[in-house]
Amino acid sequence: MKIVMAIIKPFKLEEVRDALTAIGVHGLTVTEVKGYGRQKGHTEIYRGAEYAVSFLPKIKIEVAIAADQVDKTIDAITAAAKTGQIGDGKIFVINLDHAVRIRTGEADAAAL
Amino acid sequence: MTFKRPTSAGWATLAIAGLCAVGFVDAALAQAAAPAADAAAAAAPAAPVPNKGDVAWMLVSSALVLMMSIPGLALFYGGLVRTKNMASVLTQVFAIVAMIGVTWTIYGYSMAFTDGGSMTPWIGGFGKAFMHGIDANSTAATFSNGVVIPELAYFVFQMTFAMITPALIVGAFAERIKFSAVMLFILLWSTFIYYPIAHWVWYVAAPDDVAAAAKALAAAADAAAKTAAQAKLDEVTGAVGWLAGAGALDFAGGTVVHINAGIAGLVGALIIGKRIGYGKDLMAPHSLTMTMIGASLLWVGWFGFNAGSNLEANGTTALAFVNTMVATAGASLSWLLCEWIVKGKPSLLGICSGAVAGLVAVTPASGYAGPVGAMVLGLIVSPVCLFFVSTVKNALGYDDALDVFGVHCIGGIIGALGTGILVNPALGGVGITDYTNITGNNAGTYDLVGQMISQGKAVGATLLWSGIGSAILYKVVDVVIGLRPSVEQEREGLDITDHGERAYNM
Repeated sequence: MKIVMAIIKPFKLEEVRDALTAIGVHGLTVTEVKGYGRQKGHTEIYRGAEYAVSFLPKIKIEVAIAADQVDKTIDAITAAAKTGQIGDGKIFVINLDHAVRIRTGEADAAAL
Repeated sequence: MTFKRPTSAGWATLAIAGLCAVGFVDAALAQAAAPAADAAAAAAPAAPVPNKGDVAWMLVSSALVLMMSIPGLALFYGGLVRTKNMASVLTQVFAIVAMIGVTWTIYGYSMAFTDGGSMTPWIGGFGKAFMHGIDANSTAATFSNGVVIPELAYFVFQMTFAMITPALIVGAFAERIKFSAVMLFILLWSTFIYYPIAHWVWYVAAPDDVAAAAKALAAAADAAAKTAAQAKLDEVTGAVGWLAGAGALDFAGGTVVHINAGIAGLVGALIIGKRIGYGKDLMAPHSLTMTMIGASLLWVGWFGFNAGSNLEANGTTALAFVNTMVATAGASLSWLLCEWIVKGKPSLLGICSGAVAGLVAVTPASGYAGPVGAMVLGLIVSPVCLFFVSTVKNALGYDDALDVFGVHCIGGIIGALGTGILVNPALGGVGITDYTNITGNNAGTYDLVGQMISQGKAVGATLLWSGIGSAILYKVVDVVIGLRPSVEQEREGLDITDHGERAYNM
């Protein structure tokens, strides 16, 4: 089992969700996050005060999937979240040791 | 808001008037009703009766000015601080309003608007403490001879001014002062700075007498009659606040309210020091939405402030109303455009700041300038204020958190000096009328240099008294209870440490 964690542009969330649903991924966790990578921040000016805002708002999605689904999941997210501009985000794949569905107590593959 | 403004005729006269006032102190206490009513009653067979339209307008205006403080100013300021200090700013403004409502009733109105005996040029007395002698039939004079409003309406209208002026100051030291220190400072400041300055500028014992004496002087045929008339005029003009006597024009409180609060704010920012992390941490406004709502409420409320300051509902009221509209529109636009040119983007905070700068600048000019003059004043004030809140503030490094000095003091000075120019009939102004400057019966004349000297005198006196006086009061509060919270408390935010609550639980 794997967790695919993707940092994407906020306005791409719906497209990514649709793409994942289309390949049979049901369920994901979404978090509003801030950070920076190659896309630098911007300057905000409030009267005389200028602030360099280096942390930009992004969306983090996490999907727990079977290992054999990783490639098509990555492809789906990449296709949906891509704009071609700096700041499109990144995808990280992490090993998942164990999973439990709280309601039923089912474990691992049955819990996904 | 000013009463008729005669010119004082020298210290001897003032002293005589003072002695007379002392001699008649009992009578003064007994007749403690309106400043003008008794004198007017003596001159006319029947006491004037308030006009219903005037009364309605003054009560509506008073409510509008209250709305400027809460929620207007509170939201305007609150939106500009960080979330952790939002409740703190809102509480400070609300508590100041409430405290002044009490102190104004107990002694503030009396200190500002009664005869102070030999001290009359400087401060009023306690003859109307606890509203002694004021009832529903008491009247107060207006700009028009023989036209009065209920003294209770004048009392509450002036109360709302006394409320908002100290509330303006809290923006300068926002996010880094103990609530207890704010309350003690404002109690002292309103008592020793605001009430005296309001008295200097707005107290005229019997404006109708002044006007009558001026008319008599103008009509005097021979030298003897002239001397007698002048003596009478000197006598009645002795019982006024000293700036009222100096001929300075300030329709709705540019000096008393804005320059006064603005300089007190700057002094506070300097004495209290910068916020922790100033210049390094992100201190962006937490809600420009709130700030926009606040600025808009200020604009609406300001019609009560400026047009209400005419004390009647008539043509001059409409003039002040229109001036308040066009000057603010001009200033909003010019701040937006200047920012667009200089900083590259037209900002919401910019247009809101411009609106407030325009409102401040037009305050002293609202009943004196013509609408086009007021609009030009608005267009001019914003670039100057923008320069002060960005370039000057950054160069000097003081932390006037919400730009009380840069907008209110600087805008107030531009307005005060601009009023001296724009009152000129050649520029569409109303000119010098009988109640604005009657020395030598110069109603209808206009002297730029003389008027600018008067304006400068009012500005300078306010800057000095409020600047130095505030510095002393800040030091007193610092010694008694301390001005600043601890570093940990300031970092945590004043909402939790001072008030035990958060503005937002989301």
